[in-house]
Amino acid sequence: MSTGLYDEIQKLRAEYPDERSAVMPALQLAQAEHGGWLPEEAFREVADALDTTPAYCHSIASFYDMFRLEPVGAFQLEVCTNISCALRGAQGVVDALVDELGISVGETTEDGAFTLRTVECLGGCGWATVVAVNNRHRLNVSAADVPTLVRELRHG
Amino acid sequence: MAENRARGPEVIFAGTNGGAVTELADYEAAGGLTALRRALTMTPDELIAELNTSGLRGRGGAFFPTGRKWSFVPKLDQIAKPHYLVVNADESEPGTFKDREILLRVPFRFLEGCLIAARGIESTNVFVYIRGEYEREFEVLVHALEQLRERDLLGGVTIVVHRGAGAYICGEETALLESLEGKRGQPRTKPPFPAIAGLYAAPTAVNNVESIATVPPILELGGAEYAKLGVENSTGTRVFSLSGNVARPGNHELPHGFPLRELIYDVGGGVPGGRKLKAVIPGGSSTPILTAAEVEQVTLDFDSITAAGSAIGSAAVIAIDDRACMVQLAIRVSQFYEHESCGKCTPCRVGTRWLTQILQKLEDGRGAYTDLDLLLDVGERINGTCLCPLGDSDAIAVASYVAKFRAEFLAHVEEGGCPFHGASSLEGILAPSDVPAAHGPAEIARPLEVVA
Repeated sequence: MSTGLYDEIQKLRAEYPDERSAVMPALQLAQAEHGGWLPEEAFREVADALDTTPAYCHSIASFYDMFRLEPVGAFQLEVCTNISCALRGAQGVVDALVDELGISVGETTEDGAFTLRTVECLGGCGWATVVAVNNRHRLNVSAADVPTLVRELRHG
Repeated sequence: MAENRARGPEVIFAGTNGGAVTELADYEAAGGLTALRRALTMTPDELIAELNTSGLRGRGGAFFPTGRKWSFVPKLDQIAKPHYLVVNADESEPGTFKDREILLRVPFRFLEGCLIAARGIESTNVFVYIRGEYEREFEVLVHALEQLRERDLLGGVTIVVHRGAGAYICGEETALLESLEGKRGQPRTKPPFPAIAGLYAAPTAVNNVESIATVPPILELGGAEYAKLGVENSTGTRVFSLSGNVARPGNHELPHGFPLRELIYDVGGGVPGGRKLKAVIPGGSSTPILTAAEVEQVTLDFDSITAAGSAIGSAAVIAIDDRACMVQLAIRVSQFYEHESCGKCTPCRVGTRWLTQILQKLEDGRGAYTDLDLLLDVGERINGTCLCPLGDSDAIAVASYVAKFRAEFLAHVEEGGCPFHGASSLEGILAPSDVPAAHGPAEIARPLEVVA
């Protein structure tokens, strides 16, 4: 483990009366360090830094949607498909992304650039459809915006 | 106070002129922190009394009187453990996006409210549990907090902003406390209630972001003056999250008692494309649906919406036009609760799945007339049988769709499938992609016998 991660986790630990409270924020740090997902090694690192077990860390990660237990693309595209977005065309946005990326929902492109997921309400219902790109929310996205969005991400 | 298009004063967003106040100097120049200075001259009991006078009730959805909630927290000399203020910023109820805008536009008003609330319950430890998906909101909040810290304005109170990681259930207060303690977010058995044994088994008040952001204006105005806004039993203003099929969706701070039809047709610009309003979900996805006719009668306050058989909930108003299939709507709502069920209580874990499957059966043309009763029956076996109301929310919402749009449900049986024939605005609704494929709309096996 990088000493950086260990030290960052110790700082988190000091914020709480009980070190267990630092497990979630520590997993978030570890996930960022490991390219957006949590390999087994990450659970060992967090467990070592917080005097708990990898199994305990895994039990936490598996409960929460934002912890990824499999490799992800460089850009994680998450489309809200809950009712407010669905009423305003989220299905069309997903279809356009499937077409543009050539993958099914839940998959990662072969070049490892994009992972496409559908997710529950992202809390942007007044700005439907909401698409999260690595947790940054794009608002008012329509199917017609998709080719430009993907091109922009591909070519920086 | 700024007038909101002559619809009454803005209280929470006052002084923002439609923008954001994210620098401390700007907040102070506009009169910020005067409420905190006043609070520091008051005792906790005086603060609670002022809150009681204001009539403020919780803005997260339960509408519990905030002053009373604080009064349930024992005094430090009664329980000599550290007391905790926990702010619920885990906003995830479909349709709801108000707390997000409060955090982005008035982070200092919110933090000032945290400091005042902490004093109200004799706490020097505040945790703000913010949903993990709100990354920018987290950064804005931390930036504001750092400014207060640099100026040494926290008065010995520590405020920790803790990020969630994607779980609607953590909006339930005891699940939130579990999550904050570093566990899976599953609700606790009550009692003990958080006021006595909450975070780390110590006295804890859990309040919603909007409730806390309303505390400073209450102290500025005085509780009695604040109570003149709004209507009886629902004092003050509310940030209504308007979404769905309206021309101008968005957050609107309006006084309680504002007519629902005016929110949709005037503030929201009505239903676009010359289409007709079909239904409105008035308080987030958990609340029973209202028909377009009922919308005409309802005002946006606790008593009026309750009398109409629904609930003000999180004040998230979702407008639905006449293109939407109500069975598809029910499927997507039920999928949500099924996906977000924490799995601790069997009626919720199993029942939400059954509801989705029965609804899918109807949509696919495999339904029978008895499936309408089956939906209600399964729902009845969820209601009130679990540690938290997540499963009830699914049951209650679905039951309201069946009751209000029964003919449309029956048409799915009579026509052997969806009467919209692919033309519904919700056609092709998609569940979250992390639901395993094996979890699909398989035929359910004799659920009644299994339950009995």
